[in-house]
Amino acid sequence: MQTVKMVVTGPFNAGKTAFIRSVSEIDVVATERRITSEAEKVKETTTVAMDFGRITVDDDLVLYLFGTPGQKRFDFMWEILSEGMLGFIVMVDSTRPETFREARSILQTFRAYAPTPYVVAANKQDMKDAWELEDMRLALRLDPKVKLLPCVAHKKESVKAVLLELLYSILAEMEAGDA
Amino acid sequence: MALKGNLRDFSITQLLNLINLAQKTGTLVIEGPGETAQIAFRQGKLAYAQLGGEDGSLAAILHQTRRISASQYRLLKERASTMSDKELGLLLINAGYLTQDDILSSLQTYFINIIRRLFTWVEGFFRFEPDTLPGDGKITVRVDLENLIIEGSRQLREWEQLQEEIPSLDMALKFTERPGTNLRNISLSVEEWRVVSYVNPRNTIRQIARATKMNDLEIRRVVYGLIQAGLVEIVRPEGAPPPRPQVPQARPFPTADKNEQKSLVNRLINRIRSL
Repeated sequence: MQTVKMVVTGPFNAGKTAFIRSVSEIDVVATERRITSEAEKVKETTTVAMDFGRITVDDDLVLYLFGTPGQKRFDFMWEILSEGMLGFIVMVDSTRPETFREARSILQTFRAYAPTPYVVAANKQDMKDAWELEDMRLALRLDPKVKLLPCVAHKKESVKAVLLELLYSILAEMEAGDA
Repeated sequence: MALKGNLRDFSITQLLNLINLAQKTGTLVIEGPGETAQIAFRQGKLAYAQLGGEDGSLAAILHQTRRISASQYRLLKERASTMSDKELGLLLINAGYLTQDDILSSLQTYFINIIRRLFTWVEGFFRFEPDTLPGDGKITVRVDLENLIIEGSRQLREWEQLQEEIPSLDMALKFTERPGTNLRNISLSVEEWRVVSYVNPRNTIRQIARATKMNDLEIRRVVYGLIQAGLVEIVRPEGAPPPRPQVPQARPFPTADKNEQKSLVNRLINRIRSL
């Protein structure tokens, strides 16, 4: 059995767990704990080690999706999770500009771990407070070549679109390497 | 959709940069500490600025920029209080008191000064109201934002440079081993002395900042100065674990064959499509 993995990363409460849940064929193996810090109480629980989802491709191939913990104090997990990844997705909450700087820092950290293809998913685009994609691109200081995709993490079709774009990027990079 | 947030996370310079690059038209409302600023932009250029309780009438601006005297200002306030800025401007030009250039350059100076003041705001909420511009009676200008952004960036650059020089506050400081250097002969500020008194390989810079009640920027400034003066150097704190050895990176693909790798990615694409 061959296995490959992709990593879903991003700041706290960006929607990483929801993203994996939307497409995983198994109940996501989540390592959530109740939040104790008042400052971070925008949700009840948070991922402390990793989320783990699976998509069986065929008899011979399985794709694993790993979600990283969003809180800074668990960032020692990031490097371990990034080892051997095919590519990664940076989730950003479009309604919380206060997390953009952290998202950029996470993106740079993962780029340093492995120069694999990646996409940025602008989550919660269905909410009225969501920033426009082009504004987010400027705020996140993303190169025009970086794919910044609208996303609603709890909608399967939206998550599929993000995963496909990442796979297209991986394929394009492989083909560019051949040329 | 919304373009709003907090100045703690998004500086004025970043906002101006965004408005400039996206060539936005509308009004940026910033609720700062104690007052509110409204800055209007037309196609990414500064058009108008108004600061909270300040008298932003043309007469007041002309007085502030010394185009008219205090007595002329009082006279205008009494006799032309019902006139719009545009009407007053036309009146002054037609009467030969001022030229159009005088008025426009006064307004530009005034608006730019407001933006300069905003650079000092680090707390507050902002929101951008698209397509909202000042009323018809107001005179607008067209000022490129680039120079203002550069000016604001200088302040930001200092912070970024300090972060580069001192990337982690979890490191410690120790005095450099330079025989003959006597601290007492060096003129240090009170803040620098306070930091110096805590220099010890057991104390992290963060702990020193906490003890001396300095924020990240302040402690970095002081430490940077001490490093530049050759008094201290950055060391790993005593008792801290050594850095992790580099482990060979796991391979993303289970096969080294390029064609098999492509086939694998295509299988993944087909599977995701079929979900």
